[in-house]
Amino acid sequence: MSKSSTSEGGPRESELWGWLNRRTGVDRLLREALNEPIPGGARFAYVFGSGLLFIFISQVITGVFLALYYVPSADHAHTTVAYITKAVTAGSFLRSLHAYGASAMVVVLFLHLSQTYIYGSYKGRREILWLSGCILFGLVLAMAFTGYLLPWDQRAYFATAVGTNAISEVPWIGESLKRLVRGGTDMGTLTISRFFVAHVFFVPACIFALVASHIFLFRKAGAAGPVNEDPYHPKQDVELFYPRQVLMDLSLTALLIAGLGLLCFFVPMQLGPPANPADAQYVPRPEWYYLPIFQWLKYWHGSAAIIGVLVIPTLLVLAVLALPFLDRGVERRPWKRPIAMAAYAFLVFALVGLGLRSQYLDRHDPGVAQQLAKQKAEEAEYASKSFEPELSSASLTAENAALADPLAAKGKTIFEGQSCNACHGDGGVGTAAAPPLIGVKAKFSPDQLADLFKHPTAKMTAGGMPPIDLPPDDLKALIAYVESLK
Amino acid sequence: MYEDAADSGLTTGSPQPSESSVTSRRSFLAALLGVGSVVVGALLSVPLIRFALFPLIRRTTELKGSPVGEVAEFTSSAEPVMRTIQIEQVDGWRKAISEKAVYITKDTQGQLQVLSSICPHLGCTVPWNKEKKAFLCPCHGATFAPDGSRVSGPTLRGMDTLKTSVENGQLLVQFQYFRQLLADKEVIG
Repeated sequence: MSKSSTSEGGPRESELWGWLNRRTGVDRLLREALNEPIPGGARFAYVFGSGLLFIFISQVITGVFLALYYVPSADHAHTTVAYITKAVTAGSFLRSLHAYGASAMVVVLFLHLSQTYIYGSYKGRREILWLSGCILFGLVLAMAFTGYLLPWDQRAYFATAVGTNAISEVPWIGESLKRLVRGGTDMGTLTISRFFVAHVFFVPACIFALVASHIFLFRKAGAAGPVNEDPYHPKQDVELFYPRQVLMDLSLTALLIAGLGLLCFFVPMQLGPPANPADAQYVPRPEWYYLPIFQWLKYWHGSAAIIGVLVIPTLLVLAVLALPFLDRGVERRPWKRPIAMAAYAFLVFALVGLGLRSQYLDRHDPGVAQQLAKQKAEEAEYASKSFEPELSSASLTAENAALADPLAAKGKTIFEGQSCNACHGDGGVGTAAAPPLIGVKAKFSPDQLADLFKHPTAKMTAGGMPPIDLPPDDLKALIAYVESLK
Repeated sequence: MYEDAADSGLTTGSPQPSESSVTSRRSFLAALLGVGSVVVGALLSVPLIRFALFPLIRRTTELKGSPVGEVAEFTSSAEPVMRTIQIEQVDGWRKAISEKAVYITKDTQGQLQVLSSICPHLGCTVPWNKEKKAFLCPCHGATFAPDGSRVSGPTLRGMDTLKTSVENGQLLVQFQYFRQLLADKEVIG
C-alpha cells in the first residue's frame, strides 16, 4: 500500500500530501471509496443513492443552522420561525432549502427505491441491505412528519392534529399511543418538545447509524449492476466508481443544487399565521407526499377502520420488508418478472390515484375549495407583513393593559411617584427592604388599608414605612391600585 | 485489492491508452473535481455564513431616545418635573417595554437636563420633596439639590444625568442604568 501511494503521484506529489498520507492513510481511504467496482459499468440509473446522501447532509447542515434561532415551545416556535423568515439575513432561503429539501428527499427516495426494485437489485444476499433501506425510508417519513409541526403555524398545527388523530385508530392502545406522541390529550407545547427531540436528536441519530450500515452493507454485497447481471456472481466487466460514476452522481447533485436553489430563491416557503387551535373553520391538508395516506384514511370509518388503518398498511409494510426473502429467484430482468412489476405498477397507480383524488375532491367541493383559498390568502397576507417582535411577559405594557380600571391606573402613578416601589418593588412584588403587596386585598378591606396607610403599625414603622399623607382621592386611587396587584 | 485496477484505470475490454496519459488525465480530472467542489461548497456556504453572522451584519438602528414631552413645557417650570418614559428593548425576536421615572430639571447653567430617578447609592426610587425643595431618598436618606448634585447622605455622587436630544421641539431621553456605590458614573451594559 505505502509503496503504491508514494509512487502514484509521481514526482509532482507534494511533501505535505505524503506526510498527511503517512499519518492518516487518507489515500487508502479514498481508494477504498472511489475504487468500488461496478459490474457492467457506470450508469445514470445508479445516481439516486448518492443524491439522497447529498440531500441528507444538506438537511443536517441547514437544520443545525436553523436551530441557531429556533425555540421549540408553543409560545415561541412561531415567532422564532417568523424571525428566521422575515428578519434574519438568508433566513427565508435557508428555511426554504430545509423545507423543500424534505420534499426532494421523498422524491429521490422514491426514485432510488423504484430503481432498486425494477432492477431487482435487492436480490442475491442483499436481504439486510434491503431491510436497512426500508427502515431508512420509514425514518425519512418520520423526519418529514415531525419537522412539519415545528413552525407551529395553522397549516402545521392542523395537519399534525389530523396525523396524530389517526394513531388513535390503533386498537386497544390507540388512545394511549396518541397521548404518548402528543405528550397529552391535546396538541400543545409538549407536542412540540417531543417532535423537536425526535426531529433533531432521536431520528437523525438512527439515520446516521443506518446510512452507515446501508453503505457498508452495499459495499459488502457489491453493486448489483445491470438487470442481466447475476445477482450472486457478477460476470460482467467492472468499471470503477471513479471517475465516470462519480461524475454522473455529481450531475444529479448539481441538478439538485440548481433546482432547489432557484426554487428557494424565487418561490420561498411561506409561513402562515400562528396556530389557533380554536379555529373551527380550518381545513387541514398534509404535505403532498402524505396526501395518498390522508385520502386512504378517509375511506375507513367505524368498525372497518381497523382494516384500513392497521391491517392493510401492516400487511403492506410486512410484504415490502419480506420481499428479498420471498422473491428468491435470480431473474432480475423486469420483463421476466410480471407479478413483481404488476404489483409495483398497482402500488404507484394507487398512490398517485389517491393523491389526485384528494386534490380533485378539494377542488370540486365548493365549501372546501373556498375555505382552502381563504387559508391560502391568509397565509400570503401574513407572509407579507414585516416581523413583529414578541412582547416579553415581563413587559410593563402587559400590566398596564390589565389595569382597565382608571382609578387603579392613577394609583399606579402615585405608587411610583411616592416611591412606594422603591421598597415594595415594581408592581408590588416586594424587595429585601419591604414585603410584597400582592394579595393584600384578601387580607384587608379598603378602609383597613386606608387606616394602615395613614397610621402604620409599630412593626411597619420599624421597617421604615412612613405614614402616607395624601388627599382622599389620591389615597382612594392608591388603594385601588394596591388591591389590583396580582 | 483494487490497486491494480486503480493504476490502470478501466479494466473494460477497450484498448488501453498508455499508462502515463491515463494518469495525467485522471489527475487533471481529480484537480478539476476538487476545485469545482471547493467553489460550489464556498458558494453554498454563503447563505449559511450570512445567516449565522446576522447579529453582526444587521443594520444597527441607533438607539432612539424615548419621548419625554415638549421642551416648552419644561423650560418654564421652576421645580423638577417627574415624567414616566417608556423604554423599548429589542432582544432578538422578543422585546420588552418597561417604564422608568425621570426628572426634568435645570443644571447650574439653567440648561434643561434629565435625571434618572434611581438613587446612585443603592437603587431606590428618589422622590422630589416640595417642602424641602430637594430630592430625598426614602431608603437611606440621601439628599440631592434640585439640579441633582449631592447634598448629604451615604451616596458618593449626585443623581445621574441621562443623554438627551431635541427633535421637533420634543425632548428625547436615552435611558441607561449606572453602577451603584461609586463616586463616578459608570454605565452598566
